[in-house]
Amino acid sequence: MDIKVKNLSKKFNDLLVVDNINFTLEKNKTLGLLGPNGCGKTTSIGMMLGLITPTSGEVLIDNKNVDNSNRSDLLSRMNFASPYIELPKKLTVKQNLEVYGRLYGVKDLKNRISEISEDLNLNNFLNKKTGELSSGQKNRVSLAKSLINKPDVLFLDEPTASLDPDIGDFVRQYIEAYKSKNQITILLASHNMKEVERLCDTIIMMKEGHIVDRGTCKDLISRHGRDNLEDTFLKIARSKNEMA
Amino acid sequence: MRWHKIYGLSLRHIYLIRSSFPRILDLIYWPSIQVFLWGFISEFFTVSSSYYNNTVGVILTAAILYDFLFRSSISYNMMFLEEIWSRNFTNLFIAPIKISEIIAALTMTAIFRTLIGLVPAVLLAIPLFGVSIFKLGIPLIFLLIALYIFGISLGLFVTSGLLRFGPSFENIAWASLFFLAPLGCIYYPIEILPNTLQIIAKALPLVHIFEEMRNILINKTINQIEILVSIAISLLYFFLGIVVFYIAYYGAKKRGTLINIGE
Repeated sequence: MDIKVKNLSKKFNDLLVVDNINFTLEKNKTLGLLGPNGCGKTTSIGMMLGLITPTSGEVLIDNKNVDNSNRSDLLSRMNFASPYIELPKKLTVKQNLEVYGRLYGVKDLKNRISEISEDLNLNNFLNKKTGELSSGQKNRVSLAKSLINKPDVLFLDEPTASLDPDIGDFVRQYIEAYKSKNQITILLASHNMKEVERLCDTIIMMKEGHIVDRGTCKDLISRHGRDNLEDTFLKIARSKNEMA
Repeated sequence: MRWHKIYGLSLRHIYLIRSSFPRILDLIYWPSIQVFLWGFISEFFTVSSSYYNNTVGVILTAAILYDFLFRSSISYNMMFLEEIWSRNFTNLFIAPIKISEIIAALTMTAIFRTLIGLVPAVLLAIPLFGVSIFKLGIPLIFLLIALYIFGISLGLFVTSGLLRFGPSFENIAWASLFFLAPLGCIYYPIEILPNTLQIIAKALPLVHIFEEMRNILINKTINQIEILVSIAISLLYFFLGIVVFYIAYYGAKKRGTLINIGE
């Protein structure tokens, strides 16, 4: 599945949060969405997931508009993970995976839960209540939920935020391995520049609702005359508006 | 004690109250409802103290039926609130589930929650007070259906409010049923209400349900028309509730609240 974002804008009252952004995310590629806090990343992801109605413009996934009658069909082939949303705390990990497996219409659910639990090392706490898990464990469960339906498009919002380096690395390795084995398009919003360098084919830099630059990681670094993506990010974030 | 610290902490709560209309409404609401409800009950017993003579259990039956309504509506609200409290809301709305499926799932699950709470109370009333709601006979089924549909409808209105105003609407969720209690004529006949309120009360299914309950228990007759009217009015509110829920959902999508409703 590919994603086309066309002239997408969102205004909340008089505040323009996303201003006429355009980009295409090709099938089986990973796009990094970067930008300082409040630059419009989450709102853009919300519109791509059909959670927020755009003020103007459209999001086409496989050439179908996400905000109309195709929504259910499209959503069954997409998923989302974020540390800022959680799964019901009083349900066990297994129960949560079962509930979401059913919501996504996963066939042979029992095997899929076993498979994903094995892959993400969930077996030791599969029958534990989700609310009792450590943040690293919760993060892996959230990732498992986001992959339960073997999505064609995966949205990841800061997937390793608040994780220690070891678990953060495990998650990044897992995403890399999963991507190499499966046909999947990923949109990754992150503040971890090393993570973005490692996982993304292309990068979009947002600032104050605009796309201010885009390209591969190497392109961006050389274009801004910096040594790494972090310095490039800082240069863009601290500069006056530069439109791409 | 430092007054500036006390003042600082008080300010934290004053700002919270001042910023939320549902919270202000909640503060005004409870005393007003108590005055209305108990005012009408007192008036009824003052002018008609012999009304319930020789009719054991009418009030307790009314209380049980009212609790059925209360539980069904609260169950509906609770399930929705659970998603907000657990910050699972976004996960739910990005799953390939239609709004109609969400409404259907909540409606079906609410009946289990309602019965879990109600069945023991119904059974306890028999040995403890010699009161059985089953004395209402077959019409009991239809009265319960009308109450359940209306309870779910109220749940739909409240969950629409939660979508529109966010978690601050939670207090209204708890209070919604008590709001209707004075007008529902649960414990007293409709004649107790002033004429203008009688007109409003008749637009609610509760009056028809509880008048019919009293009619069956006191007069030992069944008015099928009254039962049908109560179901029809309940269904009307149910469809209205669905419309309001859809409006609230699309409004929430426009305002972007589906992605951060728990915050």
